[in-house]
Amino acid sequence: MDYSLDELTRAYRLMKTIREFEERIRSEYQQGKLPGFIHMYRNQEAIAVGACLDMTNDDYIASTHRGHGHCIAKGCELEGMMLELACKQDGLCNGKGGSMHIADMTKGMLGANAIVGGGPPIAAGAALTAKTLKTGGVSMAFIGDGASDQGTVAEALNLAVVLQLPMIFMYENNFYAEFTRNPKPEGRIAERAGAFGMPSIVVDGSDFYAVHAACREAIERGRNGGGPTAIEAVSARYYGHFEGDPQDYRDGAELRAQRAAGDPLPRFLEDPRTAALNANSIADIDSAVFAELDRTVELALAAADPTPDKLYTDVYVDYEGRAMQ
Amino acid sequence: MKMSIREAINLTLHEEMARDSRVVVMGEDVASGQGGVYGVTAGLTEKFGVARVIDTPITESAIVGAAGGAALTGLRPVAELMFIDFLGVCLDQLLNQIAKFRYMFGGQARTPLVIRTMIGAGEGTGPQHSQILYPMLAAIPGIKVVVPSNAADAKGLLAEAIRQDDPVVFCEHKALYMNECEVPEGDYVIPFGKARTVVAGTDITLCGLSRMAVLAEQAAVELAAEGISAEVIDPRTLSPLDEESILASVSKTGRLVVVDESNPLCSMASEIAGMVAEFGFDYLDAPVQRVTAPHTPVPATPCLEKEYVPSVADIVRSAKKALEY
Ligand SMILES: Cc1ncc(C[n+]2csc(CCOP(=O)(O)OP(=O)(O)O)c2C)c(N)n1
Ligand SMILES: [Mg+2]
Repeated sequence: MDYSLDELTRAYRLMKTIREFEERIRSEYQQGKLPGFIHMYRNQEAIAVGACLDMTNDDYIASTHRGHGHCIAKGCELEGMMLELACKQDGLCNGKGGSMHIADMTKGMLGANAIVGGGPPIAAGAALTAKTLKTGGVSMAFIGDGASDQGTVAEALNLAVVLQLPMIFMYENNFYAEFTRNPKPEGRIAERAGAFGMPSIVVDGSDFYAVHAACREAIERGRNGGGPTAIEAVSARYYGHFEGDPQDYRDGAELRAQRAAGDPLPRFLEDPRTAALNANSIADIDSAVFAELDRTVELALAAADPTPDKLYTDVYVDYEGRAMQ
Repeated sequence: MKMSIREAINLTLHEEMARDSRVVVMGEDVASGQGGVYGVTAGLTEKFGVARVIDTPITESAIVGAAGGAALTGLRPVAELMFIDFLGVCLDQLLNQIAKFRYMFGGQARTPLVIRTMIGAGEGTGPQHSQILYPMLAAIPGIKVVVPSNAADAKGLLAEAIRQDDPVVFCEHKALYMNECEVPEGDYVIPFGKARTVVAGTDITLCGLSRMAVLAEQAAVELAAEGISAEVIDPRTLSPLDEESILASVSKTGRLVVVDESNPLCSMASEIAGMVAEFGFDYLDAPVQRVTAPHTPVPATPCLEKEYVPSVADIVRSAKKALEY
């Protein structure tokens, strides 16, 4: 497959943005400047970007608790994201969602999710919308290796097959669910889709090109009425489950090896298919990314908190929540 | 011995597992890592082995359902539902299966099951990890609901929960885990349906549930400084509910404030207020005051979460309103 310079540029810019966005919020979080829990996506960047590169705002994704990368890849603006992570009034969800529930309906980003396995049925519903309204859109659920065991995932797999939905089950096998090593051999998760009659493929999740090729095929299949696809993208989790988890339950040597082998950025840059992207453009992208992060962090930390009356807004469309009299 | 709620629960699990080999602990990451996210099950694996301390996949329907089935057939499982919010994933097993066994099987069944679960806001965990939800459970015939507010009660009530023969949901408020108090050593069992008088008083009754019992106690101190003698009652179990002790206190004080962190509609506060209105009408010198969270989800942003959770000031204000009536 040939890649245009525009595609290469976008792919690199998005992966780099995710990487540096997370390194930046990690440092702000460690200084106590961001509230709540945050879950780092490092070394899985190629999955989000490979998955979303061919999508438009008419395509949907349902994300997970580890959702910053998905948001950025789907086109969410850093400013709205940063404000949301800081839980400020002008954040994407007015501070009511935070990192674990960040969403942007204008971008087809149907929400991070603090309920493991909560996303796939929702993504199936979005695929039903696309199919019913004939928008040509597809819908993708991101699903962790741990989440793959939820009943909701099995039910969504079955529904997607029965209704022949334009849907992609994007499993992110990062080997861990919280502190527990995933006991399933690589490929076992993808196999389950086969049992429902769904085509599936296993790819190296730190290889942008492998992920993107699999997703391009799955998206085409969905757009052309060919029904759902499952993809298992494998790339070991780099940091702890949440920021602050020292992950002392992992073997140090193995972790170091996984970290080095799983970094999608050098892998992408060293690939001959990336040759058209020259050193100058890379440097330009990098400095633009850092500048945008400096700008949005400064803005988000200085921004206003929601005022107390906002507690009651947006419980319903046409009336407010209420306090006890 | 002085210990925290977290330590008291951990100690009781150790003691009850040693006492009865049919007691098994199961849930996500209960055995691995540090013994759950908050270390409540720490050390159990080392002592009792993985045959009795069972790490499960992320699959709450199967965890709760299998724990119920095991309880029905001779084990005494203590299953962990990490956050009560995950009730959404597994409610059928609890509502339509476990809760009904004894009644619909004509009294043949015993289901000695304990579901330990974390409740409550105040830790910045957002809309899907901060709910209270115990009123929903207390409304289900066949399930007992326990809401300890200090370490001694946690120990005595958990021992009782494990030894008695009905399904129990044991609600641990995450913002109370580190609260310490004296805990009786050795065999210590508290029967269900017996409220604890936290502070004796004569002017007004403050009935607080879970963490709100702690806040009610603080409110009583503030009221005392103004010459108001508040009696603080902690029902400790919601089903069975010690209606007698609440009524006895109101018969003495003539005034009642119920403090409940749940949303107001169909809350325990409403239930207790209704019970007192019906059976304690003659004692009342003022309308019963309910202090609850508002009818909204729990916002992620800490500034609104603070508005959401009932405060000591809210309790004091409601107490004065009742006193000024
Ligand atoms: C229904 C539900 N159960 C449990 C949890 C707690 N929890 C949060 S993340 C997580 C592990 C998820 O693992 P995986 O799906 O592999 O995703 P990863 O964290 O590796 O991205 C668990 C158990 C939850 N949030 N929701
Ligand atoms: Mg995982």
